[in-house]
Amino acid sequence: MTAAGPWKMESQRSYFGKALVDLGRRNPDVVVVGADTTESIKTIDFGKAFPDRLFQLGIAEPNMVSVAAGLAAAGKIAFAATYSVFGSGHTYNIIRQNVAYTNLNVKIFCSHAGLSVGPDGATHQINEDIGLMRGLPRMTVLVPADGPQTAKCVDAAADLKGPVYCRFSRTNVPTLTSMDDDFRIGRAYTMRDGSDVTLIGCGLMVARCLQAAETLAKEGVHARVINLPTVKPFDTATIDRAARETGGIVTAEEHTVVHGIGAAVADLVVNNHPVPIEMVGVHDVFGESGEAEELLQKYGLTAEKIAEAARRVVRRRTR
Amino acid sequence: MVDVSEETIRRLKKQAVVLRRHIIRMTHSVQSGHPGGSMSACDLVTALYFHVLHVDAKNPTWADRDRFVLSKGHACPVWYAALAERGFFPVDELLTFRKINSRLQGHPELGTTPGVENAAGAEGQGLSFSVGLSLAARVDHKTWRTYCLMGDGEQDVGQTWEAAMAAAKYGLDNLTGIIDRNGIQQEGRTEDIMPLEPLAEKWEAFNWHVLNIDGHDFRQILAAIEEAHRTRGRPTVIIARTVKGKGVSFMENKIKYHGAATTDEELRLALAELDAQEAAM
Repeated sequence: MTAAGPWKMESQRSYFGKALVDLGRRNPDVVVVGADTTESIKTIDFGKAFPDRLFQLGIAEPNMVSVAAGLAAAGKIAFAATYSVFGSGHTYNIIRQNVAYTNLNVKIFCSHAGLSVGPDGATHQINEDIGLMRGLPRMTVLVPADGPQTAKCVDAAADLKGPVYCRFSRTNVPTLTSMDDDFRIGRAYTMRDGSDVTLIGCGLMVARCLQAAETLAKEGVHARVINLPTVKPFDTATIDRAARETGGIVTAEEHTVVHGIGAAVADLVVNNHPVPIEMVGVHDVFGESGEAEELLQKYGLTAEKIAEAARRVVRRRTR
Repeated sequence: MVDVSEETIRRLKKQAVVLRRHIIRMTHSVQSGHPGGSMSACDLVTALYFHVLHVDAKNPTWADRDRFVLSKGHACPVWYAALAERGFFPVDELLTFRKINSRLQGHPELGTTPGVENAAGAEGQGLSFSVGLSLAARVDHKTWRTYCLMGDGEQDVGQTWEAAMAAAKYGLDNLTGIIDRNGIQQEGRTEDIMPLEPLAEKWEAFNWHVLNIDGHDFRQILAAIEEAHRTRGRPTVIIARTVKGKGVSFMENKIKYHGAATTDEELRLALAELDAQEAAM
């Protein structure tokens, strides 16, 4: 059982940058493209280690994605990295035609996902990227919960043949896992056992699920907590088992509930074993400026809201 | 001017007639597709596939092949026709174009059609993709070259110019862009829809080596490609003045044939014209 804190707060970007350099050292076919955010997203370290394998393409993300596809078509493992609003939203149709349709070895790694971007405001806070990317055929979608998992996503994405989208946070997040933990694409990880309700989170919401479970335990409600670092392909077995064994689910994501992990879970559960589901996430609105934690509080992405949702699920449940 | 024999020119001209016949038949058979822009590009594609490109029909993914990227994906009939005539797949397959269960999709799909190097359809992405290919060749110290055929309509697309800047930044002299400057896009004349001129000056301002040619003159096409090969330190773009629907008199310069197939009667007339051209060679 993973404890509900206290946790070390760490940067996913730092883990990403370091993992990329390590990967580049092991594999000469790894190349990186950037779009005037290389320092911020830490790909600049790869460029320092391998100056011939980092391509700075300026504020031109459509070009960046297509260039990555061309590099991949010639046998490279091409990492395209920037902020998620640019790397998924601005480039959606480029990814669709040049990366997903072509099934090329392009790995789109994006920081600055969701509300926790903070003061930059709604233009930079994309809460729609998971849905955009999981809707694309052939696309693998990763949402690592913390720094170590972000590093593991780099290696796993490189080992996988085909397109990958991985999103993570600008803000420091609690470190819940270690570099020694298992990580496989397509697998959901049970962080805490429980039989009364299941809390399924991704990204920085996993820690909040663990905190909610702690609160619920004091009330005698034993919540199972599942970390869902792979949104696609979906770990149907683990989620299906949770629905059957706990009879109710709360999903928690820093993303719109319209087409994020809540929708993915509901899609599976309604077909296999319908149980009450509550979704904690962004409810079809844009964000605004503010500090990360202020925004997460204001838009209800908190352990308290997850616990409240769990209580509603338990009330709704008919077993 | 490079030394190209009369015999080579005659062979290329004959080959281009064969490709134009395929384009007309393919689009007629399915009553859709884009004959006009396929025929304007036909001599450019013929020159590349039957004189310039180092490709191997028996080994379409040979690592050291030259890459041809069709950015104006709607002109894929001419690409499929060239690939079939080069032996990448049976010529008989051409009439499956755009039909259910075919390997010849309405716009190019990577991985399905032997010899096809990119997916295109949404305009303006091919030059960026070509920049990626050219960078990969450079990283690996390979000598294979990349040719990207663009439409003039897709000069409207912002990404084309993003790619132009990137190619110039990296001095990609292993990349040759070719613009099929037929002057017509889906809804009208390019200069009415979105004026492109002065186009050559635009590319020069983006630090490309620019060549202006008649895109239906094989000597000029081959000379320009040769000059692109010799040019060091920057990419070359060949602005090839062409005629939309080139080769069939009633289709030439007609906006309609951007995206309309011939009727049965037009098919008969078109094939008769092409037969007559071949017989006169």
